[in-house]
Amino acid sequence: MKFLLPALGALIILSLLVGAAGLGVPDWLILWQIRTPRTALAVLVGAGLGLSGAVLQGALRNPLADPGLLGIGGCAALGAIIVFYWGISIQMPAALPAGAMLGAAGGCAVLLALSARALSGPSLILAGVALSALASAFIALALSLAPNPFALAEITFWLMGGLEDRTLLQLAVAAPPIAAGCILLLSLGRRLDALSLGEATAATLGFPVARTLVLASLGVTLAVGAGAAVAGGIGFVGLVVPHLLRPFTGQRPGAVLLPSLAGGAALLLAADLLARAAPLLLPLAGEPRLGVLTALLGAPFLVRIARRAIP
Amino acid sequence: MIELRRFSASLGGEKVLHDVSFAAGPGAFVAVCGPNGAGKTTFLRALAGLLPGAARPNPRHVAYLEQGARCAWGLRIAEVAALGRIPHGDTNSEAIAQALAQCGVAHLADRRIDEVSGGQARRAMLARAFATSPRVLLLDEPVADLDPAASHEILGVLRDFAHGGGLVVAVLHAVELCAEYASRMVVFEAGRIVADDAPLAALPVAARCFGMEWVGGRLVRK
Repeated sequence: MKFLLPALGALIILSLLVGAAGLGVPDWLILWQIRTPRTALAVLVGAGLGLSGAVLQGALRNPLADPGLLGIGGCAALGAIIVFYWGISIQMPAALPAGAMLGAAGGCAVLLALSARALSGPSLILAGVALSALASAFIALALSLAPNPFALAEITFWLMGGLEDRTLLQLAVAAPPIAAGCILLLSLGRRLDALSLGEATAATLGFPVARTLVLASLGVTLAVGAGAAVAGGIGFVGLVVPHLLRPFTGQRPGAVLLPSLAGGAALLLAADLLARAAPLLLPLAGEPRLGVLTALLGAPFLVRIARRAIP
Repeated sequence: MIELRRFSASLGGEKVLHDVSFAAGPGAFVAVCGPNGAGKTTFLRALAGLLPGAARPNPRHVAYLEQGARCAWGLRIAEVAALGRIPHGDTNSEAIAQALAQCGVAHLADRRIDEVSGGQARRAMLARAFATSPRVLLLDEPVADLDPAASHEILGVLRDFAHGGGLVVAVLHAVELCAEYASRMVVFEAGRIVADDAPLAALPVAARCFGMEWVGGRLVRK
């Protein structure tokens, strides 16, 4: 945390100074209307993703767990795409984040209903994988039946995630659920510590596993669902951030939570800065999509985990 | 102090405990013995309140060590022991240090539990149970990974705990050691208690359950 918070502060200042208008202190209007929402959303969405990853890895006792594993992100995307598909988002801009949040909430309900009979780590993972597959199938269906090329392009762009041209309204819509989700997730630290000893032992320590998993799912739904509602599909942040931090925090799941919140914010902000800086530094037609950048940063990291795990 | 009354349990449609009744009070070291699949672990899980229909004991008073317990992450051994304080909501460093010393892992306090031997990790997990400062220890094969000298050491610690007014209920496969350390022996066969007596009286029954004989203080094949 000693290095993380100053780094995050520096990134926030840098984020307010860099943009399509070049480097430097910008016009007040640009600063307030464009860069503030973009910076604040990167911090919020990244914090929610990083924290969700840390909580899920602890709750499922699986170092490869990630918000994507439970299918919540996929359901949020599906909800958004349904809104796109019927063209509701053109008449009502607020319908898009609402659709994504409804999708995430519906996904969470299905997830818990599927695994409710014997709610434990493995059954939640199984239900999550099934839910992801279902969401992907419907997303593919929507793409293949897209009414026109513009809708297709818009959906594809949304799936790749991004934070450009976000408004203060979107910030106001996303901030409360993300904050609520993060508060809920941060309160789970002791439960996750107990779970590292196994589900039965955690129960005898006073923390039945089913309740912990329900609370974790709800928190992730709020934090990641609301994040996806304004930023689209952004992967790998939740997977990578806790792994990057454990060498400094130690392995106790509860000790990784707060640093992962700050680390997720810093990583997504850094990735977004990279997206903004890329057209200034390289001969590109536009900004690369944020979700593509996090995947480009995250996938090699996954390769590293795999290489370490395979003797 | 701890009790089950005519308790039955099923696993996957098959009945694994039949009308089991059991009660034990302070100062006893109860060894639970019997062949694999006789219901020992299910019995201990029932005492720990982990089965439907079983009362859940107070987490501050009853500590449970599950069979083959391991830690999912590479916590430092002192951190593992500190998890035993969760029911109390404190980090009583005295209780933690004492538990580490009792289980012989005080010198490993700063080592990661995934970087020590299996026996040392087992001692660390046992230290977690001791750190709760419980009145009752429910232990499923607490000496399974330990060498003979270490088994004697840990069983001695458990006997001292019972002499100090605690209650130990432990599943043990080292039947010969039961006579030396336990004050009472419960023998399971096919989901029923077939003997519940002083170890020397129960050991011949245990031997019969294994298809062996108890002769001259040790198990021998027929």
